[in-house]
Amino acid sequence: MIKQYWGVLLVLLSFVCVAPSWAADEPEAGASLESLLSELTSSSFKKKAKAVETIAAMDDERVLPVLESMLAGDLYYRKSDDKIVLTASAESGYQITDVLTGDDLGVVGKRDVKKVATNNSLRKQLRTQIAGYKLLSKKADIRLAAADDLIKTPSPEFLEVLQGAIAKEKDNTVLKALKVARAVILLQSESEVDRIQAVKDMDGFANKHTMAMLTALVQQNEDGSYVEPSQLVREEAISVLKGLNAMETWYKFVEDLFFGFSLGSVLLLAAVGLAITFGVMGVINMAHGEMIMLGAYTTYVIQLIMPNQIGASLIVAVPAAFLVSGLMGVIIERTVIRHLYGRPLETLLATFGISLILQQLVRSVFSPLNRSVITPDWMSGSWEINGFLSLTYNRLYIIIFALMVLFGLMLLLKKSFFGLQMRAVTQNRSMASSMGIRTGWVDAMTFGLGSGIAGIAGVALSQLTNVGPNLGQSYIIDSFLVVVFGGVGNLWGTFVAAMGLGIANKFVEPMAGAVLAKILILVFIILFIQRRPRGLFALKGRFVEG
Amino acid sequence: MTSQSRLAWLMNDVAGKRLMAIILAVIIVLPMLNLLVPEGSFFHVSSYTIGLLGKYLCYALLALAVDLIWGYCGILSLGHGAFFALGGYAMGMYMMRQIGDRGVYGNPLLPDFMVFLNWQELPWYWYGFDNFFFAMLMVALAPGILAFVFGWLAFRSRVTGVYLSIITQAMTYALMLAFFRNDMGFGGNNGLTDFKDILGFSLQDDTTKVALFVCSGLAVILGYLLCRYVVSSKLGRVLVSIRDAESRTRFIGYRVEHYKLFVFVLSAMLAGIAGALYVPQVGIINPGEFSPINSIEIIIWVAVGGRGFLYGAIIGAVLVNYGKTFFTGAFPEIWLFMLGGLFVVSTLFLPQGVVGIVQQWKDKRAEKKALQDGKAGEVAS
Amino acid sequence: MKIMAKHIPQHILYLNGVSKTFDGFKAINDLSFTVKPGELRAIIGPNGAGKTTMMDIITGKLKPDVGDVFFRDTVDLTKHDEADIANMGIGRKFQKPTVIESLTVFENLELALTGNRGVFKALLHKLNAEQYQRIDEVIKLVGLAEKRDWLGGNLSHGQKQWLEIGMLLNQEPDLLLVDEPAAGMTDHETEMTAKLLKEIAGERSVVVVEHDMEFIKALDCPVTVLHEGHVLAEGTLEQVQANEQVIEVYLGR
Repeated sequence: MIKQYWGVLLVLLSFVCVAPSWAADEPEAGASLESLLSELTSSSFKKKAKAVETIAAMDDERVLPVLESMLAGDLYYRKSDDKIVLTASAESGYQITDVLTGDDLGVVGKRDVKKVATNNSLRKQLRTQIAGYKLLSKKADIRLAAADDLIKTPSPEFLEVLQGAIAKEKDNTVLKALKVARAVILLQSESEVDRIQAVKDMDGFANKHTMAMLTALVQQNEDGSYVEPSQLVREEAISVLKGLNAMETWYKFVEDLFFGFSLGSVLLLAAVGLAITFGVMGVINMAHGEMIMLGAYTTYVIQLIMPNQIGASLIVAVPAAFLVSGLMGVIIERTVIRHLYGRPLETLLATFGISLILQQLVRSVFSPLNRSVITPDWMSGSWEINGFLSLTYNRLYIIIFALMVLFGLMLLLKKSFFGLQMRAVTQNRSMASSMGIRTGWVDAMTFGLGSGIAGIAGVALSQLTNVGPNLGQSYIIDSFLVVVFGGVGNLWGTFVAAMGLGIANKFVEPMAGAVLAKILILVFIILFIQRRPRGLFALKGRFVEG
Repeated sequence: MTSQSRLAWLMNDVAGKRLMAIILAVIIVLPMLNLLVPEGSFFHVSSYTIGLLGKYLCYALLALAVDLIWGYCGILSLGHGAFFALGGYAMGMYMMRQIGDRGVYGNPLLPDFMVFLNWQELPWYWYGFDNFFFAMLMVALAPGILAFVFGWLAFRSRVTGVYLSIITQAMTYALMLAFFRNDMGFGGNNGLTDFKDILGFSLQDDTTKVALFVCSGLAVILGYLLCRYVVSSKLGRVLVSIRDAESRTRFIGYRVEHYKLFVFVLSAMLAGIAGALYVPQVGIINPGEFSPINSIEIIIWVAVGGRGFLYGAIIGAVLVNYGKTFFTGAFPEIWLFMLGGLFVVSTLFLPQGVVGIVQQWKDKRAEKKALQDGKAGEVAS
Repeated sequence: MKIMAKHIPQHILYLNGVSKTFDGFKAINDLSFTVKPGELRAIIGPNGAGKTTMMDIITGKLKPDVGDVFFRDTVDLTKHDEADIANMGIGRKFQKPTVIESLTVFENLELALTGNRGVFKALLHKLNAEQYQRIDEVIKLVGLAEKRDWLGGNLSHGQKQWLEIGMLLNQEPDLLLVDEPAAGMTDHETEMTAKLLKEIAGERSVVVVEHDMEFIKALDCPVTVLHEGHVLAEGTLEQVQANEQVIEVYLGR
């Protein structure tokens, strides 16, 4: 009964709304957008309202910018020829552009143009028309965005537009969003049936806003009565909420996992170079962190050199950082480390000394203060998957980048001639040497490779943390633990260890707090190494000294 | 083995005896010059100098502890700063309790930082620290117990070499993070400071400062004698044997892990005592002392002085720290370059440190003399 | 007789069905052999035959995947570690001579001297006259009397071998495992070593791993041939040298 009544009302309403537009449409049927625009210069709000309606009904891509700029108050007309233009403030007057073509019409004085004035009712109409226009757009993502907007700012005035859109919608995702948008409005309805339907429509839709609305429904007022008077609605809401809560927990888990992976990727980037220098060559390179730092500073310098192409600067910085850190690695290897092979504890001390020198060098050259590295546009923002889950682009790119570096390195070691030489030298130096491999050169290149990769890691880290002289220090202990935990000389082990520790850290964090989580992870690794001194994936065999 | 007498271990150690005599002279003469000679006199030694030298002596004891395990047993601990800091914290806790109601908040029981954090009662682990002797016991026990647990786990599962170094570093790093937390009840970021007195003597008094300085000197001498006794005993030879050929030592039937554990705990306790003497002289202990960098710096003192001589560690600690004081004062920019360079140079060119160079030089001179005299001279071994 | 049988075990060393695999490579494959009290036994085999791995298993450095390893019939060696096993009376000399390089010859022998191995005992340890005598005797026996106060690291290769044998003797073990004692020795030294080992046997059991056929001949004892972690043949040197399989393994390579 009640449903029928609503149906009748809707039909009536839509008639009331749509009828005038038909009426206004007829005399101007076939009128072009250009001619309709000139109507907007009229001082009569009635005329303008009619023009807006007609414009909104047109199937033309250029309609939306016109309506939106009019609502925003950016729409002006040139006094000289009544041309409708878009304005932006310029130094002297306004910078104007043709609203339809986007052509630059130059700068004009403030008195040369006049605003297309709007009043409250016109603005209200504009909002509805825009929403309606968007909801009926051919592009699904525009329709979806419109539905999301309506969910955020519900208003009964959009109800009939929504109904129309729901009836026409074919895309399931958009349909769901449209229904939720309608539900948000209907939740205020006086009809119990409508409210139950509204609650049902919200089921399974990941959105914090609608969840809050549902939660509010089942709350009690101060006098003990429920916010929602109907028992049925409340029960429905509780059951829907249960589902939504489960969904939210699941997406929270996915998000934690994602954070864990991104932290793991940072660890992987920091450690993978060390997996080469420490894992393959057995060199305890305490200056590894400073190689990362040099990479980060290289990024900073590259941005100084090309301030107008910040987006591209990051791409340029990757090979540049590889070269800078790699070269430094080769220098260190040739001057210091090659005298210390087979004496790991001595290399530890010497490279620690080098790390101090590099830190002070950076301090002297760039100042002890942190330098700011700019994040390019394509790295900022986030990918909103639904109301519960959005992934930030910078983390996403770091994960992808870390994996690319890892697989690139694996490929290099396994498939290239250099990789072959490298493995030959590490496994049997004298044999490799007698086969004509220049072992000294291979050592230098291997160390350079490990250091260069640390430099690349520095580029990535410059996007996440402060670039300062101490950048490297904060990663060195973590890096060593990752390599040791994963098993020395095993890139897969390093990968698994980094990801495992990253994820573990992110899952312990909410329970224990960030610092305690870190402490617990450290203690875990210390205990783990006692159990399996050779790490997760230890090289086994009779040649491994026990 | 020239002398088989009961004190052979000491009598044969010529360089060590000399160094101990020098330290003894310093802790007798300098206090007199400080307390008895009037200020302004050329011979007056300022309290600042006394404090500085007292600090060096604490570092010397710490270096001694590190040399005992690194020089003689091959255990490169990158976490000895943790034991030093723990000893320091134990002493700091005693002195915090001594403040009593003279703190800013005037709470007779709770140290200021606890009042600030709105704590209502003293945490259980602060009990007993108002008693000097209990606190002194903890100075040695707290690092000792940590070293025992850590060493027991590590040595039993045969974590050696670089791996051990890395996990000791992780240990001190974890402790640093832990002590930074306010919840731990050790003053968080700021640590423990604003001490007033020790055993009723004001820390501001010159006599107290001198007394602490003398104690530090005596601690170094006693610590040295203890270490010398240990390394000269059969136990010391087992340690060397572990350092040179661990698995051989096992096959002779020695429980390597027990020996390592013993010397590791002993070394940790010495480090703790050094920390306890250090804190009242500098007036503060904070989590920064746990920083991994500090621990690595200790290694360089030993490396510069000469590893495996014991007295080399003392010389190295004093030399490097004097250099640090001088350069950070005169050319602060250069100090890190210097320190870094020292690491590189000493590992590349001075495998035996300063003591080693002197030894070489002496050997050469003795050889020359022997040649000149035309008869077999006694070649120092 | 019954009482005697209780004191003298049937086998000093008993290996049965022992296997050890590294990453799919079978270093030891179903190895079984025994050593009687007082026996001198030589083990030969090409490289990779599993000789060192076998030694590692007997001395507790490695645990076998399967199989029994018993000492004096009753002691399960797989349940003990190196120090335990050494103290039970199994001494081992490594292929590469390992003496403590920064200790003197005397000190090396002092460390090896049988006795309490406890930490605190070591701290307060003093040699008594009897022990001095014992060490001096051994020093003479291994011909290092003039090198008494030399550092281990300054000895020649052969002298290190001798010192290590001396250390082994000082441990007074019931079973000596000797890995390539003649390597790097002069002919004269090799002869002396063989003589010494023959002397030791009888009182103690000795297992010698060796490549040098002249040395084996000088030892004049039963020979076990290992191949791919398995016993290929056993018998006198002549019998073994006549064995077709052995010839194939040695010459076929």
